[in-house]
Parts: sequence; C-alpha cells; structure tokens
Amino acid sequence: MSQIQNNLWAAPRLSMRWWPVFRRNFLVWQKLAIPSLVGNIAEPLMWLVAFGYGLGALVGQVELGGEKVPYILFLASGSICMSAMNAATFEALYSAFSRMHVQKTWDGIMNAPVRLDDVVLAEMLWAAFKSLFTVTAILGVMLALGISHSPKLLVAWPVLLGVGITFSCMALIFNALAKGYDFFTYYFTLFLTPMMFLSGIFFPRDQLPPIVRAVADWLPLSAAVDLVRPLFLDRWPEHALRHGLVLMVFAGVSFWVALALTRKRFRS
Amino acid sequence: MNPTLLSVNHLAKRYGDQTVVNDLSFHIEPGECLGIIGPNGAGKTTTIRMCLGLSEPNGGAITYFGDRHMPGDALTIKARLGVVAQMDTLDPDFTAAENLLVFGRYFGLSDQIIRERIPQLLEYAALSHKADAKPGQLSGGMKRRLSLARALINAPDLLMLDEPTTGLDPQARHLMWERLQVLLQQGKSILLTTHFMDEAERLCNRLLVLDHGRKIAEGKPRDLIAEHLEPEVVEVFGQGAVQLADEASLQVLAQRVEVSGETVFFYTRDSQPLLVALQAWPALRTLHRPSNLEDLFLKLTGRQIREDA
Repeated sequence: MSQIQNNLWAAPRLSMRWWPVFRRNFLVWQKLAIPSLVGNIAEPLMWLVAFGYGLGALVGQVELGGEKVPYILFLASGSICMSAMNAATFEALYSAFSRMHVQKTWDGIMNAPVRLDDVVLAEMLWAAFKSLFTVTAILGVMLALGISHSPKLLVAWPVLLGVGITFSCMALIFNALAKGYDFFTYYFTLFLTPMMFLSGIFFPRDQLPPIVRAVADWLPLSAAVDLVRPLFLDRWPEHALRHGLVLMVFAGVSFWVALALTRKRFRS
Repeated sequence: MNPTLLSVNHLAKRYGDQTVVNDLSFHIEPGECLGIIGPNGAGKTTTIRMCLGLSEPNGGAITYFGDRHMPGDALTIKARLGVVAQMDTLDPDFTAAENLLVFGRYFGLSDQIIRERIPQLLEYAALSHKADAKPGQLSGGMKRRLSLARALINAPDLLMLDEPTTGLDPQARHLMWERLQVLLQQGKSILLTTHFMDEAERLCNRLLVLDHGRKIAEGKPRDLIAEHLEPEVVEVFGQGAVQLADEASLQVLAQRVEVSGETVFFYTRDSQPLLVALQAWPALRTLHRPSNLEDLFLKLTGRQIREDA
C-alpha cells in the first residue's frame, strides 16, 4: 500500500512500524527528561499549592455526592486531569509540529519504509506517554503530600493514560492544520481554557447555569474529571461507562480527522 | 540477467492547469548513474517525489525491480532504496552515530546489524572522528555526507539523490563526488538530479535533460555534446565585443554565434581561422575552449533566468 493514503478518509492503516518512531522520540527525551520533568510538574504543583491551600482556606469544604471533602482534595483530583490534558496537548502541538514542519523529521522518516499513518500513531502514543509520565510524577508528589491515599489511584493511572490519548488525538488535528506555532494559541484560548473552567476542576459543575451545564457535561475533560475524582476519594465513579465512551469517541473521531488532515497536508 | 531497477513510463503531473511533468519516460539499469539535469522549475524534484511515492502522478507508471509498482508497493520498494533529499533531515538532537542507529530502525533492522554497519558508514563518509558530534557541530559538507551515510544504512540497491551538492563549497563538493564515485565503482546504481554540469559529467553514465517537465534530450554526456554542439567555442569579451556578432567576416568562420550579456560565443568546428581573424581586435579578450555540457545545457534550455522556482 502507498505510504500516504490518497483517499483522505480511508480507514487508518496501522502496523508495528510506529514503534521505531516512538523510540526515536523516547531517545531524544531521555537526554532531556529531568529538566523537562521539572517544567512539567512545577506549574501544576504551583496551582495546587496556591489554590488548594490558599483558596482552600477560604472555601473550606466542598460538597460532593452528599459528602464533604476538603477543597485541596477536590482540586487535586480535578487538576491531575488538566495536567494530563496539558502535557499531551503541548507535546502533540509544539513538539510534534517541530518534528513535522520545522525539523522535517517526518519527511526523513518517510524516506524509509514507514507509512504516514504509523508516524501519526507514533506521535499520538508518544504524547500520551509523556502525559502519563508527567501525571505519574504529580501523583507521586500528591501521595507524598498526603492529599489522597486511596488504593483506587492505581485505577486512576490507566484512566489518565486514556485522558492523555484523547487529548493528544485532539491536538493532532490542530497540528495538521497549523501554518506556524502562533496558530496553537487559538486552540488554547478558544478550546482548552474554557474547557478547563467548565469541567468541574475548580468548582462543581452544578454551579453552572443549566444550559451551560448541559454542554459542559459532555466535554471530554468533564468525563475525565468524573472518572478520576471518585477514585481519589476511594469510590467507584458513577456512569463510568458513559464517561469512558465520551473519551473514546473523542479520541477515535479526533484521530481519524487528524489523520485525514495530515494526509492532506502531506499529499501533493 | 538483472531486471531494470527503475522504469518510468509516460509519467505526468499537473497542479491545477499547470503541467509540471509531461509524458516523461526513462529507466535505470543496474550499475548505472543516471543524471536528471534541468533549470529550476523543470520538474526534477517533482519527478523524484513521484518516484519516491510522496506525490501522486496524474498519469503513467513507475516500476521498480521489474515488478514493483509505485505507489502501491511503496514500502517494499523503500526498503531497497537510499534517499538523500535536497534538504537535510538529520535529527539535531542526536549524534552522527545515533542518527544512523535511529534511521536504521525505521527499516526494521536489528540494533546488532545497524551497530555493525555504523563504523563502516562513518568511515566511508570520512566522519569517523565525528561519531559523537551532533549535526549542529558539523559543516555543510559533513552533514551532506552524513545524510549519504544514513541513506546507505539499509544497503540499498538504488540511491536517489536530489541535488546532493547544492550549497557546498568546492572542497566539500569534490569530496562528495569522490565518495559517490567509490559507490559507483562498487556497482551501486544512482539516480541524481543536479544543476551542476561538471557534477553530471563526472558522475553520470547517462543524462536526461528536462525542461518545462518534458524530456528534451537523453544520452551519454559526450555523445550529447557531439550530437548537439560544435566541438570548439571561442568566447570574446571586452569593450565593444558585442558588435562582433554582426561582423560578416567572422560569422562565416563560425557555425553558430550567440550573445549573452557582454560576451560573444562563437561555436565552431575549426577555431584556427577565427582566432587569426580575431587578432584584428587586439583590445578584446578571447577564451578558446572545447564545448562542454554547460554549453549544451544553455543551448537546449536557453540563457534566460528562471524565476519561477
């Protein structure tokens, strides 16, 4: 089969050739892992400390499903989802764009027997992996701070990988459309920042006006928060199937769209 | 009998109403070096991109190794090709050796095989002492040689080089030519595009002259010159040289007269009478030389500057 599908909307043709591409990114990252880790976890922890302890002192407790929980726990369980989203998004936008457009790494790879679909898959999984790595480090700090000791955090971990996958798929759509780095600002200000405030990370979604809430309930970040937050409280999430499906549909549809747009970009 | 490595038949490519490659056919046999020459915008890079399956032709067929078709069999073909693109795509974060390792993995080669090949390839590229240097620390010539070494990691049957020495200084260019000649002596086959005529003449057994997407000549460099040109050229330049082009007494001594800028070119089969006649203008300077590929190229594609590339 051809390397770049001529039919833009043809089903993804995937093989194990994504693995050497993933390994390439891994090898680069190994060289920079420690400094990049500091950058990745410093910001979310600052949010947590400033809002959790600062605002938390004013707010006190938040009522959640008939139970009162400390604000820091409420915030930590939501903001870990935001960290997964941000880490995946940054990697699949700025770093993938550097490789694709600036360094022409993808063009080099396609001089070897690797299909474009596999390159896109590798970038998607790579961004999800980096997001999982960041999330793991933040979870470690949260455990150390004693914010939660729920054994169900072990389940939260793979769920957060799914969150990373969903958001890296979505970001790759904008990667495929970008002419330059400036374009990504739109994605952040028009999509991610509003979503951050509508998904119940900083305050419960039942405080939103009903019409806004009706939309907010179906956002992928809301689904992520509704899955992860109960696990922090040592409870099983309600409607887990529905939330899982929301994430999967966003991931699947976004990946397909991202692939079609990337094929269009590379086809000439 | 080895099959033809690459056979291109009636290839066509259009962008909108603009035809960039038009009914182009050529082939490469094992051990051959075929050069595609042409001015900017002639369709060289588009042709290579179609041969690499990166651009979809609007017509025609591209067949490798007798029975593999591009783009349908792109992956099996790519496994046996080595490609050096016009722009370096080396990984800036990796050392020279790591660049080779990572690239070899894309071919599905085991790390053990790649690690065996790396020292040989670095030595071949005259980069053994730079194994641990990153591309940013290499000169332009070194980067191109590293790109060439990288293209050889899979021991390809056919090398595709798109303007391999563009942007290099003369020393780096000569070293690159010498390295490519080593490959040809080993029996490798090469398809290269270039707009350096000396490069084409040194390396290529056969040339394809492309202009406006069409093949306008094909053959061995020396045969092409003999076929299209008079064997000798006398260039005359200096104050008032251009008027000589209209001098009837000189016109009869040359088969063809051309003016470019302030220089007159007399193409002739016998330069002696012409040189004697030119002594009547002692203030003008003359350059007498055999005709070469550059003359051929300019005759076939014209002297005007191509801005559209």
